[in-house]
Amino acid sequence: MSPPVLEARAENAAFRKTILAAFRFMLLARLLDDKFAALYRAGKIHGGVFLGRGQEALSVSIGISLKKNDIFAPLIRDAAGRLAFGETVLDAVRTHMGSALGPMRGRDGNVHRGKPLEGSLPMISHLGAMISVVNGMLFARRLQNRHGTVGAASIGDGATSTGAFHEALNQAAVEKLPLVLVVADNQYAYSTPTSKQFACESLADRAIGYGVEVQNVDGTDLFACLKTLGEAVLRARHGGGPQMVVARLLRLCGHGEHDTADYVDPKLKNSPLGRDCLKAAEETLLRREWLDASTLASMRREVVREIDETVAQVQREPAPDPFAENWTAISCGHLAEGDEGNQGDNMPARKS
Amino acid sequence: MTITYLEAIREAQARVLRDDPRVFIYGQDVGRFGGAFKATKTLALEFPGRVLDAPISEDAIVGLAVGAAIEGMRPIIEMQFADFSTVAFNQIVNQAATLFWRTNVPCPITVRLPFGATSGSGPFHSQCPEAVYAHFPGLIVLTPATVEDAYSMLIEAVALDDPVIFCEHKLLYYHLKAEKLPREAIPIGKARIAREGRDLTVVTYGVMVHEALEAASELSDEGWETEIVDLRSVKPLDTDTVIASVARTGKLLCLGEAWPWGGVTAEIIARVAAEGLDLLDVPPQRLNARDTPVPYHPNLWAAHRPTARSVAAAARNLLRH
Ligand SMILES: Cc1ncc(C[n+]2csc(CCOP(=O)(O)OP(=O)(O)O)c2C)c(N)n1
Repeated sequence: MSPPVLEARAENAAFRKTILAAFRFMLLARLLDDKFAALYRAGKIHGGVFLGRGQEALSVSIGISLKKNDIFAPLIRDAAGRLAFGETVLDAVRTHMGSALGPMRGRDGNVHRGKPLEGSLPMISHLGAMISVVNGMLFARRLQNRHGTVGAASIGDGATSTGAFHEALNQAAVEKLPLVLVVADNQYAYSTPTSKQFACESLADRAIGYGVEVQNVDGTDLFACLKTLGEAVLRARHGGGPQMVVARLLRLCGHGEHDTADYVDPKLKNSPLGRDCLKAAEETLLRREWLDASTLASMRREVVREIDETVAQVQREPAPDPFAENWTAISCGHLAEGDEGNQGDNMPARKS
Repeated sequence: MTITYLEAIREAQARVLRDDPRVFIYGQDVGRFGGAFKATKTLALEFPGRVLDAPISEDAIVGLAVGAAIEGMRPIIEMQFADFSTVAFNQIVNQAATLFWRTNVPCPITVRLPFGATSGSGPFHSQCPEAVYAHFPGLIVLTPATVEDAYSMLIEAVALDDPVIFCEHKLLYYHLKAEKLPREAIPIGKARIAREGRDLTVVTYGVMVHEALEAASELSDEGWETEIVDLRSVKPLDTDTVIASVARTGKLLCLGEAWPWGGVTAEIIARVAAEGLDLLDVPPQRLNARDTPVPYHPNLWAAHRPTARSVAAAARNLLRH
């Protein structure tokens, strides 16, 4: 047995490695989000753009606490968590830019992306709806005698008011599933403040009502988020049943890039909730000398280069072709209705 | 030995549970209790751990099924009544129905809906939501009208790689009987000629097949021969069989227990009008339930839904045109 001092040191080294990896994912997510915002303003993106600015510490802590065979159902503010769980910048960019080569093939866009067979679920827009799908995957694995994996789902304060959220949380509790439900209480649901969203003291009360273990965490503190999420995932993995984590923070952007968010109370922006988690993490890492200014600068350069090169590549990729598209919604092609009952076709004129 | 429509559904589930380890059943009271209608009677005992009670959470029940399907399972969901599937509507039409199209990952779930009216059931235990589900791309919607179809179509539904809305009619559960379970079956997607006739085509499905058959024998006494097309599956809809029948008779009556607005009967008339207007001797007609919620009292209920009597009357109008 190694002496306790050495053990502590080794643990510290491992933790340091995790923190630095998490920080890099946060930086990548932030700069990728910034890129999407710029492309949106330049009119290069079809549809909306939704950012996770201010929520990277929480999000990355989910992704990094999960293992390869786990499950993750991210939502709109989870760029960091997705990357940490294994998503490539290429898949994110392809989906935002509608590339035919992306995982959604131009059929769905922006944050609605994922690879179900790799454990990353592509959110549908309807809030609350993904949690029970994660439950189902965990339930199936139990039926198949595959144990030891965990499923995490993200949710906002607003979406905790949906029936789907309550049904799914209760279902996970009844079935004692290894679900980790992460609530980002970012003070607003679109423009609606939390005072019009719930009347209980804390969203943590929601978990207590269902017999689910819950922890509160400061969502602006990377160190705290990593610790809390890491422990929650571990408890779920080792038979502790469903876990909920409630993080308080502030959305540091509009609901989407179309939204100026002038409704956000300036007092909140200047409160501890309004602290930028990325800046805070950077300051702590520099102060502790786990990161120095030149390493940070080169990390930033690397990240920017990866993003720019990926965007340039995707801009050269083919858009989906309506003539090559398989216009059937079901997998049993022989049962497809096709254009039955639809006269004519809606195809655009072919370019010659 | 005879077997009822309900027993056929139970037997079909027993068979798929036996033959396919990926199958499990999840729904309210389906476990030891055997389901509100006993469609899963003793299955929990025979297949331990695979017939599971769910909380009253239709949304989460179907969401769970979709997740399980992603992991390679083939869940059968029992809705206690079709009416309550509205609570699961989002998971059915937005989650299950879009999964394959969005991700290329199939979603083989079967959602059993005990549907249709029975006397005294009232507004919330009687509905026929088949057209609502058929409206959404990505779903297959089945409406078996016979014991044989209830059995074979349920087995085929579970084998299909797509989400299936399986509408089983409650009025047929106990009184519809067959001598034995079928060995062969018409595949899903093909309609069946339930009765041949030269004078008029009645296109229908579900319990209305039986009202139409009764009306047809009444009409036969009057010298009219009615051809009855049992759609079996409302999505996909076997337009070819319908058009072929209309080509033989020149007259079309579409019959459904559901409400008329934008429903299956409207869809059939639209297709026949577009593809075979010249086959029709007289304007096509349809007969549906009235456009109110389903009433509770038998007197009102009997006047709300089509019956053999109102089918025969509508048919006579067409025949005498
Ligand atoms: C069921 C449902 N209703 C409404 C919407 C529209 N909508 C999209 S995001 C959003 C706000 C969500 O707020 P919250 O859950 O707090 O998450 P946040 O955006 O703050 O991360 C709304 C109302 C939706 N997507 N789903």
